[in-house]
Amino acid sequence: MSLPETLIKRLHEAPSGEPEWLSEKRRAGASHFETVGFPTRRDEAWKYTDMSRLSSADFAQADSAELDHARFDALRLDIDACRLVFVDGLFSEALSDLHRLPEGVEVSPLSRVMAGDQQAISEQLGRLTAIDFSAFAALNTALTGEGAVINIGKGKAVETPIYLLFISRNNTTPVMSHPRILVRCEAESEATLIEHYAGEQGAANLTNVVTEIEMAPASRLSHYKLQEASQSEYHVASIQVDQQRDTNFTSHNLNLGGAVVRNDLISDLNDENATVDLLGLFFGQDRQHIDNHTKVNHNAPRTYSNENYKGILDGRARGVFNGRVYIKRDAQQVLGYQNNANLLLSDRAEIDTKPELEIYADDVQCSHGTTTGQLDENAIFALRARGIDEQMARGLLTLAFANEVMERIRHGELTDRVERAVAGKLPDRFNLESLVEDTSL
Amino acid sequence: MATEAMEQLARREYKQGFVTDIESDTVPPGLDESVIAFISEKKGEPQWMLDWRLEAYHQWLKMTSPSWAHLDYPPIDYQAISYFSAPKKPEDRPQSLDEVDPKLLETYEKLGIPLHERAALAGVAVDAVFDSVSVTTTFRERLAEAGVIFCSISEAIREYPELVRQYLGSVVPQGDNYFAALNSAVFTDGSFVYIPEGVTCPMELSTYFRINAANTGQFERTLIVCDKRAQVSYLEGCTAPQRDENQLHAAVVELVALEDAYIKYSTVQNWYPGDEDGKGGIYNFVTKRGDCRGDRSRISWTQVETGSAITWKYPSCLLRGNDSKGEFYSVAVTNGRQQADTGTKMIHIGKNTSSTIVSKGIAAGKSNQSYRGLVKVSPRATGSRNFTQCDSLLIGDKCGAHTFPYQEIGNSRSTIEHEATTSKIGDDQLFYCKSRGISEEDAVSMIVNGFCKDVFQELPMEFAVEAEALLSVTLEGSVG
Repeated sequence: MSLPETLIKRLHEAPSGEPEWLSEKRRAGASHFETVGFPTRRDEAWKYTDMSRLSSADFAQADSAELDHARFDALRLDIDACRLVFVDGLFSEALSDLHRLPEGVEVSPLSRVMAGDQQAISEQLGRLTAIDFSAFAALNTALTGEGAVINIGKGKAVETPIYLLFISRNNTTPVMSHPRILVRCEAESEATLIEHYAGEQGAANLTNVVTEIEMAPASRLSHYKLQEASQSEYHVASIQVDQQRDTNFTSHNLNLGGAVVRNDLISDLNDENATVDLLGLFFGQDRQHIDNHTKVNHNAPRTYSNENYKGILDGRARGVFNGRVYIKRDAQQVLGYQNNANLLLSDRAEIDTKPELEIYADDVQCSHGTTTGQLDENAIFALRARGIDEQMARGLLTLAFANEVMERIRHGELTDRVERAVAGKLPDRFNLESLVEDTSL
Repeated sequence: MATEAMEQLARREYKQGFVTDIESDTVPPGLDESVIAFISEKKGEPQWMLDWRLEAYHQWLKMTSPSWAHLDYPPIDYQAISYFSAPKKPEDRPQSLDEVDPKLLETYEKLGIPLHERAALAGVAVDAVFDSVSVTTTFRERLAEAGVIFCSISEAIREYPELVRQYLGSVVPQGDNYFAALNSAVFTDGSFVYIPEGVTCPMELSTYFRINAANTGQFERTLIVCDKRAQVSYLEGCTAPQRDENQLHAAVVELVALEDAYIKYSTVQNWYPGDEDGKGGIYNFVTKRGDCRGDRSRISWTQVETGSAITWKYPSCLLRGNDSKGEFYSVAVTNGRQQADTGTKMIHIGKNTSSTIVSKGIAAGKSNQSYRGLVKVSPRATGSRNFTQCDSLLIGDKCGAHTFPYQEIGNSRSTIEHEATTSKIGDDQLFYCKSRGISEEDAVSMIVNGFCKDVFQELPMEFAVEAEALLSVTLEGSVG
């Protein structure tokens, strides 16, 4: 497969003045990527998501992080948080706000850490998500230069969320960015991390992010990924979590935007009593394509996983869900549950779902279920019999369908944002505000 | 616990393992055009059939063996297999049971399938396949009265060429997959069934397959055509003698159901699974597909898979007619080092089509088992329904059970449900039974049979009894 010349050139020109360990990783990433190229539908993991179109696309790289406050305010989440902002992959000091940073917590842009003491990140970068994880992980390793490094100190419980905002501008030439997020939760720490991807209307960039999260014993992390890219954007994310004993990881994977979206989320439960909760919501419209791949590896006995992904598809949108639960030999007394429910609102929408179980231990309880269907006509009738018109009834029921995931969001502003975004996508502009007014009468 | 006694039982020899000493007319191992020509000539086939075989062979040469299944086996040397083996004296085939070689009848006796008794008592017509050539077909007359054609595929090619030509390869084309292409090139025997319009087949049709001569691959080709408003229930059952070398079995079964027709296809498969180290045993790579071609047609697959070292089998339904219906009921049991990758495909093409999938997998010993299925609903198949349930039961901590269900749903007026569970036999369940004086062995057998009940009740009576017995034999001793 041939790759665009500019991309090949970029893969070979290492940024000057970088330490040898990084250049080495970049070279390995570049050479792996050149061998495999962008995935095509011939790869089983990409059976339903064709990325070969990227081979002919030509992306530049942003050279400034300029963004005026009006455009910034239109996209950002208005929450009280410790905030790092990236514009087309570049760090924006002006828009970031780190003054709320609690003691014992480090949050820095990757570029800054690289300029200073790199010992820790030289080991951390690529430890969980190696270059052979996917073509995109290799590409990220080869080209990354920015991102976030987060360290939650031992025993620290941080209430203020850490908010990473990635803004994709509507550029004349589409750009690509390869952020790398490295998170380390030390023992007995507790924190909330929000990754927010927001795009200006018409932005047609490629965002290819890799997040590596290390969780030391008894740490807890709530992870939110809110993806609101424009409907012309390519968005690829690989998230891998290493969970030690007694850790608790909750993921909220909320996908509302993007032209072609792919999320790979992997949790390795490496020691006893590690628990993972994977919650997902995706809403596709028009020609959006949203692909979620999750993998839970029960590598140790008495580990627990719970997964619930809900998809709503309208227009000619296509959704993909692939969830795998793996239980290693002798990882006994594991509980693993997985659920994927999909709602198709249009006859031209499509869902391809594949919940997989791979089990090598006998004393376990595992189940998965998936359903695909439409709104219950009886429920619509019941609402209409109470004077609610059909559009409203459909809107309410769709919202209720999504609510199972939304109600687990623990931040008011975030819940609000998602609820409004979902309501705004409903057919015939289902109006949540007017509904609230109506019921208060 | 009674582990020791059970381990002993687990190690017990394959009951049906013995070799009947009958001279065979076998070609030397290897595959090329001359072998195919030899098979075709031996069968007295017309030229078009030979051309069809050669076409398949040329396609096969360009294909590679599939590697996507969750299976692990050494590469097969297709040149080391002999592609034709028939009991001697094919020219003067016996016309009735009395003329059948008594040694052969004895073989059936050993297998617990007293052919004549079963045929008479159960009213089942048996097209018994010993190695590759149909030896005897009973109840021919009664079937002929109803207008039903039930004969070996070779005979059908000679006697009813227009029917065979019309339908052969119309469900599973020659180049469908690697093993189907191989089968199309070299198939030696199998059954042909044609039920004419409006006829309900007066009895259940049954074929007992039996692999015999060492080193001969068995390539059956079965074609069942059910014309408008016709109905048939077809039974297939297999056992094989104990062997050291792996035997390849690549069968193709094609079902065609026209308007309002109903085909029920039941299988009990108990081929030699290999010894406790996984040595020997049958490689079972089967392509089974039913085509619900007409409106309101229905095809039902029921299978009980307990044998074979490796199973690669996905009985499928193409639901092309509006309101057509596909069903798949499966119990797969693996023990020792058996590997099974099995499941089904339900392709919804017509409107208001429905499908049901119930798959029960039981893995014991060091075996590995996968359910792999596809439910595809095309955009125009509105009002379609699918319900899938696949449950796995793990017995012992050295086995594996996996589920890979694919669902591709392309319209909003269909309802698709899937659920799967994996668990083991609960200690509390066992305790409950034991506290009521039921031995552990019996309790396990009882629980497993209960686990499989949804599938067993779909089997015809005789098969259900056989299946239950088979299940307990296969699993005895695997619980500790």
